[in-house]
Amino acid sequence: MTQVAEPEAAKQFVGGGVLRKEDPELLTGQGRFIDDITLPGMLWMSFVRTPVAHANLTRVDVSAALEMPGVVAAFSGQDLASEWAIGMPCAWPIADRVLPEEPTADPRIPDHWPVAQDKVRYSGEIVAVVVADSREHAADAIEAVEVDYEELPVVTSAEQALADGAQVLHESLGTNKVYTWGFKNGDVDRIFDEAPVVVKQRYYHPRLIPNAIEPRGVVVSPVASQGEFTIYSATQIPHILKVLMALVTGIHEAKIRVIAPDVGGGFGSKLNFYAEEAIAVAVAKRLGVPVKWIEERSEGYLATIHGRDVTQDMEVAATEEGKLLAARVKLLCDFGAYSQLVTPGIPILGAWLYHGPYHADAYGFECVGAYTNKTPTDAYRGAGRPEATYAVERIMDALALRVGKSAAEIRELNLIPRFTEAKEIASGLSFDSGDYPASFAKAKELAGYDEVRREQAERNPRVASEGKGKLLGVGISTYIEMCGLAPSQVLAALKYGAGGWDAATIRCHPTGKVTVITGTSPHGQGHVTTWSQIAADALGVTPDDVEVLHGDTAISPTGMDTYGSRSLSVGGTALYKAAEKIRAKAKRIAAHELEVSEDDLEWREGKFQVAGAPDKAKSIPEIAFSAWTAHALPADEEPGLFATAVYDPPNFTFPAGAHIAVVEVDTETGRTEIVKYVAVDDCGTIINPIIVDGQVQGGVAQGIAEALYEEAIYDDDGVLVTGNMSTYRVPSAAELPNFTLDRTVTPSSTNPMGVKGIGEAGTIAAPPAIVNAVADAVRAVGVDFIDLPVSAERVWRAIHSARGGGDGERAAPDTGTGAASMTPQASAFGDADERSEGGAQ
Amino acid sequence: MRRITCAVNGVQREAEVEPRQLLVYFLRETLGLTGTNVGCDTSSCGACTVMVDGKTVKSCTMLAVQADGTEITTIEGLASNGELHPLQEAFRQHHGLQCGYCTPGMIMAGLGLIQDGSGMSDAEVRLGLEGNLCRCTGYQNIVTAIQEAATTLRQPADVQGGSE
Repeated sequence: MTQVAEPEAAKQFVGGGVLRKEDPELLTGQGRFIDDITLPGMLWMSFVRTPVAHANLTRVDVSAALEMPGVVAAFSGQDLASEWAIGMPCAWPIADRVLPEEPTADPRIPDHWPVAQDKVRYSGEIVAVVVADSREHAADAIEAVEVDYEELPVVTSAEQALADGAQVLHESLGTNKVYTWGFKNGDVDRIFDEAPVVVKQRYYHPRLIPNAIEPRGVVVSPVASQGEFTIYSATQIPHILKVLMALVTGIHEAKIRVIAPDVGGGFGSKLNFYAEEAIAVAVAKRLGVPVKWIEERSEGYLATIHGRDVTQDMEVAATEEGKLLAARVKLLCDFGAYSQLVTPGIPILGAWLYHGPYHADAYGFECVGAYTNKTPTDAYRGAGRPEATYAVERIMDALALRVGKSAAEIRELNLIPRFTEAKEIASGLSFDSGDYPASFAKAKELAGYDEVRREQAERNPRVASEGKGKLLGVGISTYIEMCGLAPSQVLAALKYGAGGWDAATIRCHPTGKVTVITGTSPHGQGHVTTWSQIAADALGVTPDDVEVLHGDTAISPTGMDTYGSRSLSVGGTALYKAAEKIRAKAKRIAAHELEVSEDDLEWREGKFQVAGAPDKAKSIPEIAFSAWTAHALPADEEPGLFATAVYDPPNFTFPAGAHIAVVEVDTETGRTEIVKYVAVDDCGTIINPIIVDGQVQGGVAQGIAEALYEEAIYDDDGVLVTGNMSTYRVPSAAELPNFTLDRTVTPSSTNPMGVKGIGEAGTIAAPPAIVNAVADAVRAVGVDFIDLPVSAERVWRAIHSARGGGDGERAAPDTGTGAASMTPQASAFGDADERSEGGAQ
Repeated sequence: MRRITCAVNGVQREAEVEPRQLLVYFLRETLGLTGTNVGCDTSSCGACTVMVDGKTVKSCTMLAVQADGTEITTIEGLASNGELHPLQEAFRQHHGLQCGYCTPGMIMAGLGLIQDGSGMSDAEVRLGLEGNLCRCTGYQNIVTAIQEAATTLRQPADVQGGSE
């Protein structure tokens, strides 16, 4: 056996812009996405979906479909009813409760079957399944399934759902209310009664459609004789999907293998247990052959979860100078027809953040959820935290106006000063660390804040008097987010059904190579590269020596997958701790081989060196070889060099930062052009700066899209009017600007690497930065309130109604009755043509 | 069924196709070239962009029978003997991809802009990419990658990628 070559001198890979190992196959079309998977004998599934939003199913007849060319089988909801041990799972069943007391009612989680059996409750719900020998034959055959719908009154808003006499969606519950959940911290009501300044506004976050560019899909391959199933799914949660599929189908968990192949983005939309996945398993079990379903985009607009759809009554109490005393918010959430995997918990993820990074003495949060005849909402990038940051950053601008301070002054007055150890905040949580003033100061500098304000003071009054031209606006968003889901005991207290830990295994091979097996499930975040960097530094090898395996439950049996910006702070820390175990064992072996005590060894330059005699050293690859031959191991030391760690974080992490948007609003067209967008983010220690910047740019683009363009609109019959990519505006490169990015680094006190997570910073920070900027601009022409989305049409209407133009919607006064009374405009059509006019430079 | 023949990535291919089969499914399912992806059903996303006779085309908006007798370049046709095409390399150097699903279409669209002499300012490249949607990157690095590749690809000895 030849001795292992010396590894390259131990260079520091963590913190460096290592190019992504994931790229070569994705760049050359060699990626393996779900639709690239075809298996011998595979059949295709397609679904009959109700066009009607609320109806009893009086007849589902698949007989005609069975006669169609290539059709092998077809099933109604009743046909498959016997396949389900339990219905579609909700892992976060929130009930009526005022913390810290126990709930005062059972969770209102209705039965929800993969295929509707007697009633449909949202347009797009599955009523029948067709299985055929080709994609085309399956699509043709669904036309032949005959379904009779006995239509029922339709409920399309949370207000409507909770009004007296509203049509109840789920008879078993007797109400459309999902829950009333909340808590108070400190003497919040008294402070609000006595405070000299109270500002209240109402905001509405339109419903959003995630639009990962890869549609969902699933392929199930059965080994009928063994009762085994391999499930390939475009999912963010292979490990959780495996557990849930066992529960729903009753199949032995060890007989289920879930593989997330290359997944084309998720943003929360693939963080779910979907009906199509369960049906694919049931049909594969019935037919004994592989089956495949690939979502069509407009099908996905109905079948895949939506985001947001939340009305917020936000209030702050303050001194005359604008010093924040207390924050209080009431949310009304439209959850859609059913509780999907974590639907009820999404607003709860923001529950402790409605005072932002600001000091306050007391806090109140209450949230009411309602069922409506619309696609269920669930996690969409940010999940609860964008809504919180939006409300805080909008109300801070309103407070500034009220007390005669600038938007910058009001924030500098209230930002929590720098702290490096966990610090309890008004809502009762403990933030891990933060230097919010530093991020904000750097953002102001990069944006040329004072200069822009001077130009604005000169230009806007002139444009207002001339009645035409481009108004300048500045929007600030000093955000905070709660990431790193999560300490498992905290999840238990919140009735969340799973744990918040994650796992990693390291195997050091005799050839000096390293395998890392992770419990995270990357789908664009670059974990293969960043975990390679962490392992390389921890073990004194290079990133190319490290192979990272993920997403296949046969290879990585243990994990809690990827969402909520948790992968690095939980999964990455599990890897860090596994490496600690490797080094502990390696040190014992090295000491034994070098005939010194362990105390004489130092871990330096990626080796165990004898203190004072650095040439006497052992590298991990050398020790891995010794551990493999086991020729001369210390007494009772096991052969082999591998270790597993499962890490349950003691606290969340709290990335934060400051974004500033400088915009020009054209008073004639209402169009907003982003002149400058600055993002200064603090996500603690950086593993790979290139990947961090990429996450910020992608998140900011989605946040700007939510602020300016995106809005899913239902009509009164529960039909999704913006039903495809040509009527729902996902912005292209032409509609988005370049971003100016920078960072401050305040290591987290939650984990040893001091990491916080960055995946959702952009979607959390950008919407209020943009809306504050547009509101700041149009204030000069008398618009005193405007809300999401600030599309060209809504801005135009607001300007003209402020001018007494009459045909715009009335701009709401400060008492904030604005948003709810503004029925969402069908704005997506209004500016469809101007897309080709060229976009933001 | 109709018989069509076309040169795909420099290789002559012949096949019987249903008249209604879209070019993207001919490439993916008949020829097994799964690098070209489908992301929508309204010609909006551009993930299916390929080159047909030197022009960028959304292959979900063209029938396979219309491709009879044409020269097609897909993402699989750019790299040669293990070497990435300069545009592919630029996407790698500038982190112009994250999940990679829109990347094949984005690269073909970028190649089209470079080859048809489009302007390479931020605004011109962004407008040129109006038909290619990405949800992960926010586009900035993609624009930079295309601009940089253009400088190398537009040398006097204009090195053409793919089968041209």
